[in-house]
Amino acid sequence: MSSELLIRNGRVIDPANGVDEKCDVLIVNGLISDVGKIDKRAEAVIDAAGKLVTPGLIDIHVHFREPGDEEEETIASGSAAAVAAGFTSVVCMPNTNPPIESETDVEYIHRKGRKTRKTHVYTMGAITKQREGTELAEMGFMAEAGAVGFTDDGNGVQDPAVMLRALKYAAMFDVVIAQHCQDNGFAGDGVMNAGYCSTILGLPGIDKLAEESMLWRDIQLIKKTHVRYHAQHISTAGSVELIRAAKKDSLPITCEVTPHHLLLTEDCCAEYDTNYKVNPPLRTSKDIEALKQAIAEGLVDALATDHGPHLQSEKELEFLTAPFGIACLECALGLYVKALLEPGILDWPGLIELMTAKPAKIIGVDKGTLGKGKQGDVTIIDPVAEYTVDASKFHSKSRNCPYNGWQLKSRVEKTIVGGEIRFSADGT
Amino acid sequence: MALKRKSKQFKWHRKHLLGLRELSAEEITYILDTAEGFQQISTRSVKKAPPLRGRVVVNLFFEDSTRTRNSFALAASRLSADVIEFTKKASSVSKGETLLDTAKNLEAMGIDIVVVRHNAGGASRFLSRSINACVINAGDGFCEHPTQALLDVYTIRKLKGTLKGLKIAIVGDIAHSRVARSDMWAMTKLGAEVIFVGPPTLMPGQVEQLPVTVSYSLDEVIEKVDVINMLRIQFERLGGNPFPSVREYSHYFGLTVERMKKAKPDILVMHPGPINRGLEMESEVADGSNSVILEQVKNGLAVRMAVLFLVNQAAAQKG
Repeated sequence: MSSELLIRNGRVIDPANGVDEKCDVLIVNGLISDVGKIDKRAEAVIDAAGKLVTPGLIDIHVHFREPGDEEEETIASGSAAAVAAGFTSVVCMPNTNPPIESETDVEYIHRKGRKTRKTHVYTMGAITKQREGTELAEMGFMAEAGAVGFTDDGNGVQDPAVMLRALKYAAMFDVVIAQHCQDNGFAGDGVMNAGYCSTILGLPGIDKLAEESMLWRDIQLIKKTHVRYHAQHISTAGSVELIRAAKKDSLPITCEVTPHHLLLTEDCCAEYDTNYKVNPPLRTSKDIEALKQAIAEGLVDALATDHGPHLQSEKELEFLTAPFGIACLECALGLYVKALLEPGILDWPGLIELMTAKPAKIIGVDKGTLGKGKQGDVTIIDPVAEYTVDASKFHSKSRNCPYNGWQLKSRVEKTIVGGEIRFSADGT
Repeated sequence: MALKRKSKQFKWHRKHLLGLRELSAEEITYILDTAEGFQQISTRSVKKAPPLRGRVVVNLFFEDSTRTRNSFALAASRLSADVIEFTKKASSVSKGETLLDTAKNLEAMGIDIVVVRHNAGGASRFLSRSINACVINAGDGFCEHPTQALLDVYTIRKLKGTLKGLKIAIVGDIAHSRVARSDMWAMTKLGAEVIFVGPPTLMPGQVEQLPVTVSYSLDEVIEKVDVINMLRIQFERLGGNPFPSVREYSHYFGLTVERMKKAKPDILVMHPGPINRGLEMESEVADGSNSVILEQVKNGLAVRMAVLFLVNQAAAQKG
């Protein structure tokens, strides 16, 4: 039995194939069958006039907290949030409890993801056992099980010899090593950016050097190993400089930027609101300008949320003790539009590319395009709809969202995964 | 109550005292003037006044304190309030009863004013948002210690007449000092010039953006200043090894009899206590004729009475 879904009259944006035109998309049996003027009857038709039709959005950095902290988020609740936000693929970070460090762990995440039947759920595996930064985890077995990269996210791998070993070993497999760049020696017990604000607020700071020194170190290691390396959530102007130089040297390096590092500064912490406590910490407007400049220059390869859900009771603690993390998956698109589209840093194809084809390439999956025969993952966006962020209505289990009450523009209408409509804004 | 007030038009409206950064010079002066009125209560044979009768004050202390806690307790009882003592070690983990739950439980018992000391910067601000009672910050992390700074400027004003134009050195571990931060705000707002003195490893980040000058040489500064406030080296807060040894620290930053010879004859020597004798200052200096350390403690009582009185009044007026 064949199934057909025809999406008509939308503005189809498929950066990987250089498409940006008003036309139709036909999905047959879960795969993209045709893009263009399609004069055909289909079982199911969506009228997308006035809407954007894009490859399904991809977020390569989310925390769904399963296994171990299911009270904060589960793969089911996180996946529901993801499709509501237009994401047809997400990559879970392995800093769960216990961490994802074996073939079995990877399969567990995949099974939970399939069972939920919302978004494609991928996972990265840990670089080191227990994310302790000492012994390598079984990267080979995890890669065979489908892990799309490796990271000790939440921690950077501190010991340079261990990191070098990890990169060397990873050369056997075609995988990406991702790093949360943070030298703990510099970071100490910091809870926000080190600077004027932390001094005034009497809170221990995390110096920019914590991020930049590890990124610099890793770049030296990539020069030696030429293994694919991805700098997660870069947050400082200095990191942008390092990436710029490394890319000029044609090193196999990519990087991602979060919405909060494009929209919020350290000043947001002035009232000790723990919803602004995040790691890497919110920096300064100078850093925001540098990150935006990097995006304008094409130095940034992916927009990623670092969706970090936490219980309200955990966030209702002193700033010093509350956990790091911002839950922002469900308003991600509107945030990127605000940060990048409205000021004219990117146009729609540029923005969609950083949310589809480019992140897909980082994690090495055949997604993020509307090419013929590719999986039928499609997101339909209303680019003019305005709405107010209401965290209490999130599908996510958590409400630690500093954007609550913000006015945002552009809204996900429908999310189609493998030819199936998994989310409709109007509930159909 | 017939209080001597210089600024008669002014009306105090804050039901919390969380820090001095947000206070105007006028507000600070108003607290000092109010404290002057309370000073004489301590000299009476019956050392009590009625304004807080029927009110309950909680001393909620998550860090060790003798001076500040007792000073607040005494101040509250002189104003006829009932005082509850609540001391607890703050937990560094997120398990166990939270600060918020502790405060809400106390509030359920019908308290009116919470005096809070906590190891986390912003703890008092956090509480003030979450409960209805008045909140007074008795020291939060290395953010602020407003009543200490108020008693410091009260003492200086009393002995020097004004802070305008005075040069004041604050010496020691500035980075981890809430006293240094609150002093800086209060003293500069009242027109004094503040110099932070200490090794670069004990200066806070972006110190150049603060309204102070910085010196690494106590010898150069000592000749110029009218007041010197020696901070306690807080071994419990020092991370790592910011100076090589106590001996070397004392050599460069200790207030010795020898160094005092270069000071102005009428210099005021202050210390927030408790003193590490022989480390920040030699005993002869701590007990010497320029020392006003015990005067500070005495004035602390009047200042804290004023603060309790004012926040309570503001809360009552707000209904």
